[in-house]
Amino acid sequence: MTALAIEKVKSGELPVDKFMADNAFPLVEGTRVTFVFRGAADAVRLKTWVYGLPNSQPLLKLEKGDLWHLTLEIPRMSRVEYKFEVVRGGHGAWILDPLNPFHATDPFGANSVVHGEGYHVPEWTQHDPDARPGTLEPWVIKSAAFNDTRRFNVYLPARFRKSRRYPLIFVHDGPDYVRFANLKTVLDNLIHRLEIPDVIVALSGSPNRIGEYADDERHARFVTEEVVPDLEKRLPLLGTPRGRCLMGASFGGVAALSTAVRYPGFYGRLLLQSGSFAFNDIGQQKERGALWDPVVKFMNRFRENPTMVSEKAFISCGMHEPLIYENRSLVPMLQATEMDFRYVESRDGHNWENWRDRLREGLAWLFPGPLRMVYE
Amino acid sequence: MKGVLLGPQQLKQSLGAAVKVLGREGPIALVTCGWQEREDQDEELPALFGRPTVNLKLYERGEQVLAADPEYAKAHRSRQETLRQIQEFYRLRLERVFDAAIDIDRKAQGSDMAADELRLSFEQIRRIDQEHLDRVVALREAWELQLKPFERPAIAKHRDEIKKLLEGAGTLAVAGGHVAVLLNRFRMFGVVELLDDQHLIAWSGGAMITGGRVVLFHESPPEGVGISEVLEQGLGLHSGILPLPNPRLRLKLDSTFRVGWMSRRHAPLKCIAFDHGEFVCFSRSKWYGAEGTCQLNLDGTVTTGWAS
Repeated sequence: MTALAIEKVKSGELPVDKFMADNAFPLVEGTRVTFVFRGAADAVRLKTWVYGLPNSQPLLKLEKGDLWHLTLEIPRMSRVEYKFEVVRGGHGAWILDPLNPFHATDPFGANSVVHGEGYHVPEWTQHDPDARPGTLEPWVIKSAAFNDTRRFNVYLPARFRKSRRYPLIFVHDGPDYVRFANLKTVLDNLIHRLEIPDVIVALSGSPNRIGEYADDERHARFVTEEVVPDLEKRLPLLGTPRGRCLMGASFGGVAALSTAVRYPGFYGRLLLQSGSFAFNDIGQQKERGALWDPVVKFMNRFRENPTMVSEKAFISCGMHEPLIYENRSLVPMLQATEMDFRYVESRDGHNWENWRDRLREGLAWLFPGPLRMVYE
Repeated sequence: MKGVLLGPQQLKQSLGAAVKVLGREGPIALVTCGWQEREDQDEELPALFGRPTVNLKLYERGEQVLAADPEYAKAHRSRQETLRQIQEFYRLRLERVFDAAIDIDRKAQGSDMAADELRLSFEQIRRIDQEHLDRVVALREAWELQLKPFERPAIAKHRDEIKKLLEGAGTLAVAGGHVAVLLNRFRMFGVVELLDDQHLIAWSGGAMITGGRVVLFHESPPEGVGISEVLEQGLGLHSGILPLPNPRLRLKLDSTFRVGWMSRRHAPLKCIAFDHGEFVCFSRSKWYGAEGTCQLNLDGTVTTGWAS
């Protein structure tokens, strides 16, 4: 095993300034990644949300100078989001890594990102000038279920024709999927590459997702008895179970599954990413808080009597997230239902770029495009 | 028939070379219905051929037929749905048998039984392919017998127009695109029966549908491992080879296992891969003048510069 660059710095073999000038940080050397912070501080800590690692790990300061460092084993193909906590005068501030230009954003802000050896941002997630862009049409619907008016965008593919019939994907947290997981770009690209067919996508959000997405009967009714009929009436949709898909991540995954359970057979396709499928086999769940109670009740019920609520389901989860246990636990249960499902794990966490990176495989498996039919 | 089959034309054009090889004067009758709604975006083609073209507009005509003849349109949709389901069930059957064949091949390797086991797996897959093909063809023939498409006024009108357009053309050129749409429109209007002694230039999907068997293939699709599948009988304008366009995107030519499977599965057809701009000429069943192209051999190797 070759010596790490930081070891050469520590031994004095490599001057700090040359080390800093010659490398990009964090420094990835095989599966060993060195995080570096340079500056005056009383302490510097690495903050991550990786299941199996401590949430906070101290960086060590070189004996001389202001260089702080920490080396971790990061398996190949991993993607890890992190921040530094820099402590000065008894006050800790969480900051992005000043040496790392790669950031990932989410509704709570931004994190720095380190790409483990072998990981590359998939090119199909980035803008392709050759891919004709679809359009986002505003949609307004009065909801009896919620007794209010809901607004969301509907994605129409670039070559939209009223004479065609399209599958419908209803996306929970739709605006976040567009903003943080490049969903619109991904749809444009996958359609352009013929990897999925032209699809219509409802990008719905919720003003109270933690409440409404946690097995709320009103949400299932809103989607199934209000939104889908309205879309099927006004847009050229297939209107069959195999032409209807529910999609969501985290609590959105719970909302998708619980809606399908309440209307078995209505949705033929499910795309569930890092679903918050919390359950307990014995005792009461307490550690996650009361907001999770409806989810646990729903999952316990579903686990007692798992049924084939949908023809096909694609399920993905990151190995670095605490929900990996709950998602893995779905596998034997769904196997018993004869549902056609695919379960995929990645070396990533509970974040939007993880969900972005799995979209191609999930969407193309649920809705195979005309790639096999078209030979230009 | 005499003709030239070509690979994709986006990155390297060879249509002009094909015209020169055939040496036939006069305008070219063009089929671009595989491009569907973009059928009429053929402005670049006359310059590439070096000949004037007349587009038969089979896609647009097909849409007109479906709008004008609701009974036919309903029966057409119903048949397409049945075909889609049959194809899906065939694919399921194929995937299971293919997976089993791979497992058996792995376990039997090195034993005296290996060759026998491999042969049995091949026979099983070839039988599934053939049964599927027979089923699809029988369904189509029964449907045509029932619907009598050529006797329906909406179709007969277009057939007359297509016939007149073909009479003035010495060459039929078939572009690639959606192979099911291509096949469907050719058969809807019985275009092959309207041909006289035209030469054929067909590229990519066009080359695929004009042979004896249409095979869909992509060995690394985004949703996982891809197994090639038989779609339908082709139009039978050329024989002896199975054109496989764009191998760099769709085939794993460095996999002896995959190449061997593909070629043995469709034998006695020769599996010929056409990359961008590559082409080969034929006269009846004789193949010659291959520019590029390669043959997938039964032993899993790949030979460039093949000819029969």
